[in-house]
Amino acid sequence: MIKPLEDILVVDFSQFLSGPSASLRLADLGARVIKIEKPDTGDICRQLYVSNVIMNGDSSIFHAINRNKESFVADLKKKEDRTEIWELVKQADVVMHNFRPGVMERLGFDFESVKRVNPEVVYGEITGYGDEGPWKNKPGQDLLVQSLSGLTWLSGNGDKGPVPMGIAVVDILTGAHLAQGLMACLVRRGITGEGGLVQVSMLESVVDFQFEAITTYYRDGGQPTVRSLKNNAHAYLGAPYGIYQTSNGFLAIAMGSIPQLGELLQCPELLHYKEVASWFDKRDEIKAILAQHLQTGTTEQWLAVLEPADIWCADVMTWDRLMDHEGFKVLEMIQEVHMGDGYSYRTTRCPIKIDGEILVSDKGAPKLGEHTAAIIEEMLVKHTGR
Amino acid sequence: MKPLENLVVLEFSQFMAGPSAGLRLADLGARVIKIERPGKGESGRQIAIKNLFSGDDSIVFHTINRNKESYAADLKSPEDLERIKKLIAKADVMTHNFRPGVMEKIGLDYATVSKINPRLIYGVVTGYGNKGPWAKKPGQDLLVQSLSGLTHLSGDKNDLPTPFGLAVADMMCGAHFAQGILAALIRRGKTKQGALVEVSLLESILDFQFELLTTYLNDGGKQPERAKQGNGNAYLSAPYGIYKTKDRYIAMAMEDVDVLGEKLGCYELLAYKGSDSWFVYRDEIMAKLGAFLKERTTAEWLAVLEPADIWCADVQNYEEFLNHEGYKVLQMEQETVSADGDRIRTTRCPIRIDRQKLFSPKSAPKPGQHTQEINKAFELV
Repeated sequence: MIKPLEDILVVDFSQFLSGPSASLRLADLGARVIKIEKPDTGDICRQLYVSNVIMNGDSSIFHAINRNKESFVADLKKKEDRTEIWELVKQADVVMHNFRPGVMERLGFDFESVKRVNPEVVYGEITGYGDEGPWKNKPGQDLLVQSLSGLTWLSGNGDKGPVPMGIAVVDILTGAHLAQGLMACLVRRGITGEGGLVQVSMLESVVDFQFEAITTYYRDGGQPTVRSLKNNAHAYLGAPYGIYQTSNGFLAIAMGSIPQLGELLQCPELLHYKEVASWFDKRDEIKAILAQHLQTGTTEQWLAVLEPADIWCADVMTWDRLMDHEGFKVLEMIQEVHMGDGYSYRTTRCPIKIDGEILVSDKGAPKLGEHTAAIIEEMLVKHTGR
Repeated sequence: MKPLENLVVLEFSQFMAGPSAGLRLADLGARVIKIERPGKGESGRQIAIKNLFSGDDSIVFHTINRNKESYAADLKSPEDLERIKKLIAKADVMTHNFRPGVMEKIGLDYATVSKINPRLIYGVVTGYGNKGPWAKKPGQDLLVQSLSGLTHLSGDKNDLPTPFGLAVADMMCGAHFAQGILAALIRRGKTKQGALVEVSLLESILDFQFELLTTYLNDGGKQPERAKQGNGNAYLSAPYGIYKTKDRYIAMAMEDVDVLGEKLGCYELLAYKGSDSWFVYRDEIMAKLGAFLKERTTAEWLAVLEPADIWCADVQNYEEFLNHEGYKVLQMEQETVSADGDRIRTTRCPIRIDRQKLFSPKSAPKPGQHTQEINKAFELV
């Protein structure tokens, strides 16, 4: 298979997660991604540890986000280095960054400047909050954007304070949207030959993520978001939607008729809720009954009753149990990648299949500046034809 | 010019993952035509939250399916199927999320239609892929979250597993679906060949956890441990999380605990030297910080912390957020007008192209609303 983005060169000035997660996707789809990193420290994410896990000198998350890329070290304020970078952006199909508004203009590699030397370039920018308004200089950090945007009132139970989503969901969505915009412009370039500018912000991305809830908010006249008191899984859905404790674990139940559940689970109290509207209006009451009842049996017992009746339910797994499960193994979602110095590690692969094949690459994350010399040599060869 | 202008997408997909990808392609300029059962249309039309409808269709459906057209066809009727095949011959992309085997039965599987249109990008969404013990399990968001381990990352230590309160698996999968389709279109520009693009909710929600899964796979398989109170991320050290103040809440992102102690004047925190201790004593540090932050209002803390460049933020609800100047300046809202004249306020595409925000006033279609128009435009009858 020819990977779809083969022969596309991406010059990526971004760091942390949002931008680099977009270039990881492009890399997995076949593009060549060159990370431009500052001397000595490189992408700050290299030192951003989670659970104190250090892998071959860099953080575990850096390894996850930056596999399948090359690293080129340059001081963007130094003349010789700038000359090399100009050569690189001239040859690039995609140039991208996630500096705060105004920084790239000061460095001189902003869209207008790059476009002058490379009229077909597709140029991507990520900001935290756009380039105007009261928040434009605020740090574009995931938890802060979650907190400002109303997102933290959707998860967790109604008797709790705000509950963040425990993953950098805003960064990841913003990266996904940037990748979409860049690729849409590459599609257009294939037809018209013209480049383009793609801009996304974390705040716009988290609004898009909440498009259903926000549209609902507009429609219902601005009523406050109310999470169910216990077992909440979605503030806008009625019972039984939620996760429940059983005698040996947990059980997730999505949609289902409450009286039918009452019969299947032999929980007579549920038979009273005949009105569909009551499944929402009385969800706290219903969920409390269900929660109590489900503790009297094991997850397996309940699944054995509910699944054959086509009730949408599932076990609630930990990663250990998931990875032991045939349903996970069959996906071949884990790959091993190798770094230039021989260090190997396991990580996930691209979630998209093309022409029936999974997309894998055994290239690990680069050491800081690992490819600088080779890229200079290659560029010179290309440039002077020697 | 919008980047995907002149591209035709046929959407057999229903519910959320597939149609959210269709919406993105539509906003980027493609002409997206939903192929729907005559009369009833796609099942997502009936899925409502808070029982909100516009006409016969839920507001959720309107949110996901604005900026699209609808063509009614009964895929079991030979005449209709013939027309659909003619339409496929002229399309660039088609998507569906039928369970494995259904399209083969109808005769619109990839092997068959790629003969009708070798340039076609054919997209398939499933819950769990098309093999293995879960291939036939309902591909529903909460179930996928629950199976994937995701629910052990949010909420506090003593809480039950806590799902993300949004259809995050659907949304991520839709985003990946759009990416795969676009990548295949780029390749087609060079090779003139179509492609099969497949995504699943489970693979997408696993990709979503890639940072933490990579950590787990290389730290000896330690289980995630949520903070005792105010957990923001099971894998990050203090102070990362949300704290109660005198009047509201405040979010604190990564910061050196001793620096924070100094700037806040919370001298108890100075005892914690070195980033290791911020992981090891996370609950203790967060409890001390929490007690300290309760003494003053959020506004008072922000006035101290923001000028000191400490990463923090107010915690807002929708009313506060959607009326804030920082939100309004984005112009993230737009209005669509349905065939019945009903106005629906919704959000726009989050991507700006060539400095333009992408708007479209076109509402979600009624089932079969554009059948005749499409029959004519594509010369199907």
